[in-house]
Amino acid sequence: MFRKFTITLIVLLLFSFNFSNAKAGSNDELILEKNQPAEVKDCFEKINRVTFAFNQALDGVIFKPVASAYRLLPPPIKSGVSNSLNNLSNVLTIPNNILQGELKKAGVNTGRFLINTTIGILGIVDVATDLGFPEYEKEDYGQSLATMGVGPGCYVVLPILGPSTIRDATASVANFVGGDAWYNVSVENDTRYFSDFDYYASKIMSGVDFRAKNFDSIENLEKNSIDFYASVKSLYLQDRQQKILNTNKIVDTQNDGDWEEIEN
Amino acid sequence: MSIKKIFYFAIFLIFYQTNVLSIEPDVFVQSTVNRASAILSKNIAKNEKIDELKLIAKETVDIRGVGFYSLGSARKDLNEEQKNNYSSLFEQYFLKSFSSRLAEYTNPQIEVTGKEKLNDKYTIVNSTLVATNERPEVKIDWRIYTKNPENPLIRDLIIEGLSLARTQKEEFSSILNSNDGNIEALFKSLEEFSKN
Repeated sequence: MFRKFTITLIVLLLFSFNFSNAKAGSNDELILEKNQPAEVKDCFEKINRVTFAFNQALDGVIFKPVASAYRLLPPPIKSGVSNSLNNLSNVLTIPNNILQGELKKAGVNTGRFLINTTIGILGIVDVATDLGFPEYEKEDYGQSLATMGVGPGCYVVLPILGPSTIRDATASVANFVGGDAWYNVSVENDTRYFSDFDYYASKIMSGVDFRAKNFDSIENLEKNSIDFYASVKSLYLQDRQQKILNTNKIVDTQNDGDWEEIEN
Repeated sequence: MSIKKIFYFAIFLIFYQTNVLSIEPDVFVQSTVNRASAILSKNIAKNEKIDELKLIAKETVDIRGVGFYSLGSARKDLNEEQKNNYSSLFEQYFLKSFSSRLAEYTNPQIEVTGKEKLNDKYTIVNSTLVATNERPEVKIDWRIYTKNPENPLIRDLIIEGLSLARTQKEEFSSILNSNDGNIEALFKSLEEFSKN
């Protein structure tokens, strides 16, 4: 397992090195431009719409009712589950902090993970934030490739998993070949402490947690959209663009020229 | 009246016009959300709430501007008749969509936390929708059009960094692309939404 992980890291670091020229020749503006939602092509729109409809049906039968019941749980339980899942995601974030050259963030997140896993009782309590650690930002291999200058490719809707891009879907393969320590200790290797069930349960819980947190927003959006598929696509791509640039300021991601032309 | 008095009077008028009548964007947002919140807390039927919210939206949102922004580059290809037709359809669509989105909330608490002036035309006002037992805290930014400082207008709501106007623009663009750029198809979708 360790060998696979090391090989994956080396390959991704080499990948990063190979793209460093592209990055040197570009800058944040180029990354921003490449990831503009309007620039991402919907090459497989017909298939995507079918998959989207399938996911919506699945949501109606499974995720929506479960999320609806989950919302009724007392707030401390919900925040405990959410904190614990966030803490677990550090094992994916930290190697990606390193790949993106954010060594300080990697150090901070390692500290956060150690404190929350021990003092915070397996991450249930977010002690690190209470101690003044900076706001946690999740990272993944898709974001790392984007910061290396790789464009998103076409937009795709994956069955069950939902919206993605060719780059992000391809990059997530790294999770299954050693890039995700949680996958390695639960599914890939037969350890005494964790099983496949733990891994898949954590993924399903992440989905339920997300659905419950955004329950009203999703219902509202579906009800008030004239093309729900296009709305979800836009929101997903805007969100990815922000995560890649690590900003939630609209002025960093939106071209103000779009607005300048509109006079009253 | 002496020249000195006339001079002071003129200075007063200029000061009055530039400072007293202009409304600070953050004050404008807080006052708008307070008005909306008061309506949402009223013990009246949902339809009545929607009607009252529509009045506030008409007064505080640059619906025409948002409409043309949402149309993207397609706006350049419209003739005057189509522009007027679109503005009318968009207003009906927008008011229905905006007010029914808001009407889902009961007594939302929004606190204005800051502002950032982008240029003379735009200021971003930052606010927070206070958390409840059912949902976490939500950051909402408002793009305020300040070309006329006496009458600031809302042009976009940015929820957790996601722009509603941008989402709407890409939604309209998708409809146009699926119909070979035929604007009538978009008109039909807007009309159907407003009727249902």
